[in-house]
Amino acid sequence: MVTRRYAVGAHYGLMDWLLQRLSAVVMAVYTLLVLAIVLWNGGIDHAQWTDLFGHGGFKLASFLFMVALLYHAWIGVRDILMDYIKPAGIRLFLETLTVIALIGYLGWTLQLLWGPSS
Amino acid sequence: MPGIVSILHRASGALLVLAGIPLLLYAVSASLASPEAYAAMKATFSYPVAKLGLILLLWAYLHHFCAGIRYLLLDIHRGIELEPARRSSAVVMVLSLALTVILGARLW
Repeated sequence: MVTRRYAVGAHYGLMDWLLQRLSAVVMAVYTLLVLAIVLWNGGIDHAQWTDLFGHGGFKLASFLFMVALLYHAWIGVRDILMDYIKPAGIRLFLETLTVIALIGYLGWTLQLLWGPSS
Repeated sequence: MPGIVSILHRASGALLVLAGIPLLLYAVSASLASPEAYAAMKATFSYPVAKLGLILLLWAYLHHFCAGIRYLLLDIHRGIELEPARRSSAVVMVLSLALTVILGARLW
């Protein structure tokens, strides 16, 4: 039983809940889009694959997918860490590592999609 | 069964973050870099151990996808009663495993 209630908190819970679902829908739509493109062509060879990633609209869709994925991953990892890692110091350390890794992945994505070699 | 789907949703999510995202980025960058890098990546993924790892990640993606759709439906109060919820959790398990077998067989 709750005997004391704390009227504090960041109040980001509902927004995170909503964004977790919104990002899931974005990823599901992108997944089905890529699947449809591959199936439509009856499989995909290297040249078609490269062409696809040269297309501006597909680059943008891929970017949105990755942003949704990385944000979704952040909320998921944070929830897992909150549940299993009780010492605040270790949790903060792991959360920091996660954020650094995810931002790094975003940088990699940008390089991949709009970098000099693409 | 709903409890198993729930913990597997977590486990598959963790797996996708730890291995799935870096591997996805590596695979796409290699596949776009040059035909040689593309061939090298294909060679790496042709080892049976690598294929098993890919199939595990494939299952993780499919399970997370199917279970995620189920949660979205539960959120809008579809199948929220005990019996339908149990049935849909079984559907998630069977469907994600079946799709993994079908797609995994093609991969192999």
